[in-house]
Amino acid sequence: MIRSYDFRRAWSQTFVVLAALSAALCVAILFYMVSYVFVQGISYINLDFFTKSPAPLGESGGGAVPSLIGSLLMLGLATVLGVPVGLGVGILVAEYASPRLGAAIRFVADVLAGVPSIVIGIFVFELIVVRQGHFSGWAGSVALAIIMLPIVARASEEMLKLVPISQREAALALGITRWRSITNVVLPAAMGGLMTAALLATARAAGETAPLLFTSLGNRFTTTNINEPMDSLPVHIYRYAIGPYDQWHQEAWASAFFLIMIVLLINVLARWAAGRQRGGTR
Amino acid sequence: MQLRGFNLLTGVKRRAWLLRLAVLAVMAVALFLAACEDDDEETTSSPTGTGTASSPVATDDPNVVAGYPRCAPGGSNSLAGAGATFPNPLYTKWIDEYKRACNVEVNYQSIGSGGGIRQITEKTVNFGASDGVLTDAQEQAAVAAGGSIMHIAMTSGAVAVIYNLQGVQSGQLKLDGPTLADIYLGNITKWNDAKIVALNPGVSLPNADIAVVHRSDGSGTTFIFANYLSKVSPAWQSGPGFATSVQWPTGLGAAGNEGVAGQVRQLPGSIGYAELAYAHQNNLAFAQMKNKSGAYVTPTLEATTAAAAGVTIPAHMKILITDSSNAAAYPISGFTWILAYQNQEDASKGKALAHYLWWAIHNGQSFATDLDYAPLAPDAAKAAENQILKLQCGGAACLTK
Amino acid sequence: MLNFKLVSGRTAAGRTNRLAMGDWFFRSAMYACGLALLAVTALLVVELARGARPSIVEFGFGFLGGTTWDPVREIFGALPLVYGTILASLVGLLIAVPVSIGTAIFLAELSPQWLRRPASALIEVIAAIPSVILGLWGLFVLVPIVREVVQPVLGDNLGFIPLFDGPRFGVGVLSAGLILAIMIVPIVTAVIRDVLLAVPNSQREAMLALGATRWEVISEAVIPYARSGMVGAIILGLGRAMGETMAVTMVIGNGFQITPSLFEPTHTIASAIASEFAEATTELYIAALIEAALILMVISLLVNIIARLLVGTLVRIPSTVRE
Repeated sequence: MIRSYDFRRAWSQTFVVLAALSAALCVAILFYMVSYVFVQGISYINLDFFTKSPAPLGESGGGAVPSLIGSLLMLGLATVLGVPVGLGVGILVAEYASPRLGAAIRFVADVLAGVPSIVIGIFVFELIVVRQGHFSGWAGSVALAIIMLPIVARASEEMLKLVPISQREAALALGITRWRSITNVVLPAAMGGLMTAALLATARAAGETAPLLFTSLGNRFTTTNINEPMDSLPVHIYRYAIGPYDQWHQEAWASAFFLIMIVLLINVLARWAAGRQRGGTR
Repeated sequence: MQLRGFNLLTGVKRRAWLLRLAVLAVMAVALFLAACEDDDEETTSSPTGTGTASSPVATDDPNVVAGYPRCAPGGSNSLAGAGATFPNPLYTKWIDEYKRACNVEVNYQSIGSGGGIRQITEKTVNFGASDGVLTDAQEQAAVAAGGSIMHIAMTSGAVAVIYNLQGVQSGQLKLDGPTLADIYLGNITKWNDAKIVALNPGVSLPNADIAVVHRSDGSGTTFIFANYLSKVSPAWQSGPGFATSVQWPTGLGAAGNEGVAGQVRQLPGSIGYAELAYAHQNNLAFAQMKNKSGAYVTPTLEATTAAAAGVTIPAHMKILITDSSNAAAYPISGFTWILAYQNQEDASKGKALAHYLWWAIHNGQSFATDLDYAPLAPDAAKAAENQILKLQCGGAACLTK
Repeated sequence: MLNFKLVSGRTAAGRTNRLAMGDWFFRSAMYACGLALLAVTALLVVELARGARPSIVEFGFGFLGGTTWDPVREIFGALPLVYGTILASLVGLLIAVPVSIGTAIFLAELSPQWLRRPASALIEVIAAIPSVILGLWGLFVLVPIVREVVQPVLGDNLGFIPLFDGPRFGVGVLSAGLILAIMIVPIVTAVIRDVLLAVPNSQREAMLALGATRWEVISEAVIPYARSGMVGAIILGLGRAMGETMAVTMVIGNGFQITPSLFEPTHTIASAIASEFAEATTELYIAALIEAALILMVISLLVNIIARLLVGTLVRIPSTVRE
């Protein structure tokens, strides 16, 4: 069937407009959502939020200190646990493993990355909480670390592969050992990208709720003892959002605002670090 | 680790490292400061430590509670508990007050009575809390895990039937047991169903769907509620029955008393059940329930107290007070219990627990009325005392002078 | 200058040994990391299977087909959960896919240069928003909109279809689907955009040389070339949707039932676990929930593997996107 050029052009314009509209709709809804959280959050955030523990039910006042400290500690520990191991896997696949082993490990990492986070939570509950006999910040950290591990592994592998082979060859030609060439040539060259990998994994873990529900559980008090149940910002938001108290809803918005800021900040940092990678290896 | 020569080779500047270190250092300092600041706040807000008889108050020494020190001598300063959401407003109040008095942190997680039973059985907590009594199977499992387990009643409360219906004020709606059961069985789906209208002459009920809200988690409130429905409705008894979790024929699930109250508050046309304190604190409308003697009773402190009146409290304290025959009694009332092993493996935790509970059933009771929980009647308090005295820490009573 | 201070002052033979030792240690450490990854994954499967054993023994394959979820009598069947998971994910996908494809086409093919990067960045950043925050927004903003606008409009006009016939509570499958759509649009869009960008320019140029319009270039040259990758991206979105927990738990209403209506409250596997796991009282009850988790894991693994096979040939899936 032969259609006139005018018809075809109009037809084309229609689809172009449709595509543009869906893009506009998409961006608009997402933008509306984020700005709603921002507006709500800013209006409820105050000094108490950073300095007080939650008030008894139905009483006004109180803040989110236990959640802030708990999130910070668990995230820190998860980073310490997850990032080095993930980086190790990345190095193994990028530098040492045979193509076959590399593909196998990559597959396992993808599998682990695809496991829903609630399942990770149950796994760690069975693995640590039941055996240890109580909920703990430890268990929460391990759950977060397991979520970070495959992300760091896959991303760092990609970043290491971006380092030109010629740099490794140059280093080896100078007579230094393989591992020295990795730690002193390849890793520094990929540092920006590796930072990005670690930061993005951290950002992801910072917002995880499901794996913490059955591992770190929550705590109305501030604790720095990693062996005790700990509160965290996402769990705090969840509990307060579904509750009946206006005060709780306000605090949930404030916490959401703070959490979103942290996550976005880490993302921006990650992008900045990724930009440096390009600069560094040129 | 960094050899300068290689850095030149790769173009990664030393300065960048310094910068990153500096950022890390700043973050570490900020974390440290945040932690310290909080510690300061805590120490200033808890006036006296664990001192015993040093208080200047002459008439009534606050550091002595019914013959025993308020704060456990040699007890741990932290306890972990989990369970019922029903008494959570009261428990959080107690926990705050007790922390101020003794600097003991009781980390209570209101995850539902089912969770409390499970966690005490798995010994992940020092005490459980439940508004339902342990079933035989549950008790066997607990005994197998940690020996004899005790129910210690802390207070009693009313399960209010809450609703969100425009134009119908709190207390205006009247329901009886069979009608409530029909709503929860899904047999009555509209607010202007003939059965509801018959009970509520003069109240304008809309032609709207009833959004039935129930608990999604294992719950003692569900236990009390379903226990009541089982007593008044044969269909309920042969259908869902009663336990901390049941198979709901209809409706929306919400987590905890908090969640049910939250859902009812958000959702026009909904009905749910939650502890009275939640209804009061959130200005939720609640229904009058027809009790066994045919009177419509609003859930109040007095009506809850009446439900427990005249009941002989057995030593093990496992007693249900739903559908009371007392004419003034609110029919959906119940005790809420702390579950603890008689033999406390960790003596310092056991001591802290015994003294905290002792304080709770004495001084703590005064906070109950403010939040619409019924304080323990003298005979119930006596039974609770006896239970606490039975707690054993390493062969001796946990409660010490 | 290169610095060989490390090895100075040693005999040649000792040096070689030391260096070889260092190499051996480093390599072993890296292999240990790889082993740790494998061990964690293996342990995950073993622990879940172990935890689910009582339920597997009790119910066998009947678990998958059972429609009763009765904690009192301890009869558990996962069909309502599997059904709810699939239904909510499909609704989410149905809403998300057209928007994602449109947006990706716009970003990859039509957008002016200056707009491309900021718009892409915004969408990628949105993908990083924690799901509990989406749930919070869903609960307080989306659910009232669904209850007061969407459900009356759909119910009044299309109520004769069972899909849109039901109680108008706001919370339910429809809200869950909408929230899921918002969650998966960024990832599906990003992957489709990358797939489209990977289509060689010669494809487009050939069409243009034939005098094709912009749309004809896209529909005749670009999309056919990228089809398998696009399908993969959509399946990837499906995987994400099925495993999503918090946001769904907060808006789906949490009821056990199999119903054709999108207005009714249901459960997904993940939401049932989130709301019941910590409170489940008996061994069998816990085992049933763990078996449900096992089922969820298997389903999402299959979906993920299929998606990666389809997409992997064209572009790399960013491994940092949220589940």
